[in-house]
Amino acid sequence: MDKNHLQRQLEMKRSLLDQGYLDEQFIQLEELEDGDNPNFVEETVTTFYANSARLLQNIEQALGSRPIDFTALDNCMHQFKSSSTSIGATRVKKECTLFMEYCEAANAEGCIRTFRQVKQEHASLKTKLENYFKLARQGGTSAGGHAGRS
Amino acid sequence: MNPSNGKGSISTASSSGAWKVGDVVPDQFPAGLRVLVVDDDPTCLVILEKMLRNCLYEVTKCNRAEIALSLLRENKNGFDIVISDVHMPDMDGFKLLEHIGLEMDLPVIMMSADDGKHVVMKGVTHGACDYLIKPVRIEALKTIWQHVVRKRKNEWKELDQSGSVEDGDRQQKPSDEVEYSSSANEGTWKSSKKRKDEEEDTEDRDDTSTLKKPRVVWSVELHQQFVAAVNQLGIDKAVPKKILELMNVPGLTRENVASHLQKYRLYLRRLSGVSQHHGSLNNSFISAQEATFGPMSSLNGLDLQTFAVTGQLPAQSLATLQAAGLGRPTAKPGIPIPLVDQRNLFGFENTKPRFGEGQQQHMSSVKPVNLLHGIPTTMEPKQLANLHQSAQPLGSMNVQVNAHGGHSGSLLMQMGQTQSRGQILNESAGSHVPRLPSSVGHPVISNGIAGGVIGINGIGDNSRGIGYNQVRPTSSMLSFPMNHTSELATNSFPLGSTPGISNVTSKGAFQDEINSEIKGSTGLMPSYDIFNDLHQQKSQNWELHSAGLQFSASQNANRVQGNLDVSPSVLVRQGYSSSQTSGQNRNVSDMGRAVFSGVESTQQGNAQIIGQQHNNFLVDNPVRVKAESIPDAGSQSILFPENNFGQEDLMSALLKQQQGGIAPAESEFDLDGYSIDNIPV
Repeated sequence: MDKNHLQRQLEMKRSLLDQGYLDEQFIQLEELEDGDNPNFVEETVTTFYANSARLLQNIEQALGSRPIDFTALDNCMHQFKSSSTSIGATRVKKECTLFMEYCEAANAEGCIRTFRQVKQEHASLKTKLENYFKLARQGGTSAGGHAGRS
Repeated sequence: MNPSNGKGSISTASSSGAWKVGDVVPDQFPAGLRVLVVDDDPTCLVILEKMLRNCLYEVTKCNRAEIALSLLRENKNGFDIVISDVHMPDMDGFKLLEHIGLEMDLPVIMMSADDGKHVVMKGVTHGACDYLIKPVRIEALKTIWQHVVRKRKNEWKELDQSGSVEDGDRQQKPSDEVEYSSSANEGTWKSSKKRKDEEEDTEDRDDTSTLKKPRVVWSVELHQQFVAAVNQLGIDKAVPKKILELMNVPGLTRENVASHLQKYRLYLRRLSGVSQHHGSLNNSFISAQEATFGPMSSLNGLDLQTFAVTGQLPAQSLATLQAAGLGRPTAKPGIPIPLVDQRNLFGFENTKPRFGEGQQQHMSSVKPVNLLHGIPTTMEPKQLANLHQSAQPLGSMNVQVNAHGGHSGSLLMQMGQTQSRGQILNESAGSHVPRLPSSVGHPVISNGIAGGVIGINGIGDNSRGIGYNQVRPTSSMLSFPMNHTSELATNSFPLGSTPGISNVTSKGAFQDEINSEIKGSTGLMPSYDIFNDLHQQKSQNWELHSAGLQFSASQNANRVQGNLDVSPSVLVRQGYSSSQTSGQNRNVSDMGRAVFSGVESTQQGNAQIIGQQHNNFLVDNPVRVKAESIPDAGSQSILFPENNFGQEDLMSALLKQQQGGIAPAESEFDLDGYSIDNIPV
């Protein structure tokens, strides 16, 4: 285990938490990691991003239809938000909440605008997490700090 | 992560020792709790699964409600609790909740990111035992076992209050109730119930064949007469003596009637309890409305059709039953008896084992397959043929199952025949029922719960027909021969009269019937939970496994072996974890449910069972078990090789069906066998 790596990894995590990119839920996931699933967090995040792309697509479509079906839109976003929440993506979640408020108000423009922000946060977090996991791997540990697992 | 119960790892081999006689709860408990988690979001699903595994539970994950339902139907006794998301694309979570409550009577926990009061309230009114807000924390999951215990306690209490189901056939030992204290049982903590059931079954079985005990086979007609008498007297005034007089059936004793009445009352009570929960649902199936069951109406319709089609007799009898049961004058001779009605009938009437009529006969007359759903499966004809050949009542049952082949839904019956269909759960594609044999008679009953709980599902599930009433072989009920495929026997009565096994939930009176039939033929109706009983007869069980007997073959291992060749898959499913390891069940938890999926896949090759776990399971499964079972399974072509319906296969299929409940129609007779709709009480 490379102390520097581990150190940096922890710092990065701390920073992500402080900046609100991630929250307690992410820590929970890390705590779930164990010998049987040493890369659980990374795998889960990968699953999330694979699936969320599809969900975002759904929202995109719903937003593109005219007239906009706000109920369907709300449902789509609900799914996406739920998924994001499960990995602790706080900022993404916040934007989702805002989006849903606009939905409820049937404010198409608000929705469209907010959706852009949602996507942005989503992409930004992805990059950060990728870096984080890379660091973890380099350090010989899994994201959750488990050492030496392949 | 520390397991909730503090155990560092899942000890696979401890199972047998886990349950000690007299223990209230096995040491391992809640480890090994069999959880089914349903969520369309893969991320959430994976996280939940991990959390649950960390709690040392046995997890099966599922991303589609339909698949979950069929899983549940196929494995009536395979799960202890269900956790489901509210918002799912293919089926509303609340609807799933209702189904489960009606058909399987398992505790269900709802989850959602939505914490609005309205939604939570909906959970309450639909009968959820808890509601979790996402993201779910592991702490919240650590205590979900309480819902299982609570439910069981209540069931036992209920059964207890009604007195023993059978006239003393079953000894319901208070100490055994609910609890997990099954001395003889293998690891699973339900085994106690099952064990009891098994014991009872054994007793029953003997009696049935030798008539040593005055065990009465409650045939459809007989039950019909019974209900008519009860209705005439008024449920409050219906005392066994008077009922006996009214029925005027030679050879029937007051004791027979008394015990049957007891079961009937339980059934009704359950029914009313359920209706409170699921008001709408109940209405649907209670009212003999034509196929307006509710969500499953479409399925029901099918079943009904098939049902009717399959045999005039059944249809007619159904009609009669319905009429009798419901007190309705309409006796539709024809086929399209409203599913609901029929179902109800079955549930309850199914308990009338057609033994007398000869299981085979039934089968022949009824085309079981069709009953099930009407799903046009090529297999059906074959299956039917096979079934008949097998001459086992089971066969018919099986057929039924297959019939639906096409139904992706609940085709319970997957009786072996559906093997081809195989795609188990994950594939929602029609055939879904691949579970084959297992579906048939899922031994849910095994827990001995058969009595109360079981009953009704039989029909309900599958809507397709055979209501595999989970009839437990328990002595009295049993006879509900599966054969009644036509009758969709939803055996209403909790067959097994075995009190309480809540797990049994299996409504399948059908099962019982099958069991009973099996008993008749084979002499053994292993309680469905083979797994549970495994410990006792592991080796034997294995055979059963191969036979596909999931049901606690252990008890009847001896007998069963000869007869039941239940497809191992059935056993496997759940059994693997549980039975096989005789106690290692719990440990299997690591593997997750996979058990059956694993097994099935192995056997069938399809098993796309949910989750990888299954596969893992097979692989990692405790050696002991695996060695035993797998080979058997493999050789036996576990779920009944499709066209190979040996008796055993059929048996298992039937059993499976029962367990699985053939495509449980939603409103299906959730009534534990008493699904008689509108029974004027």
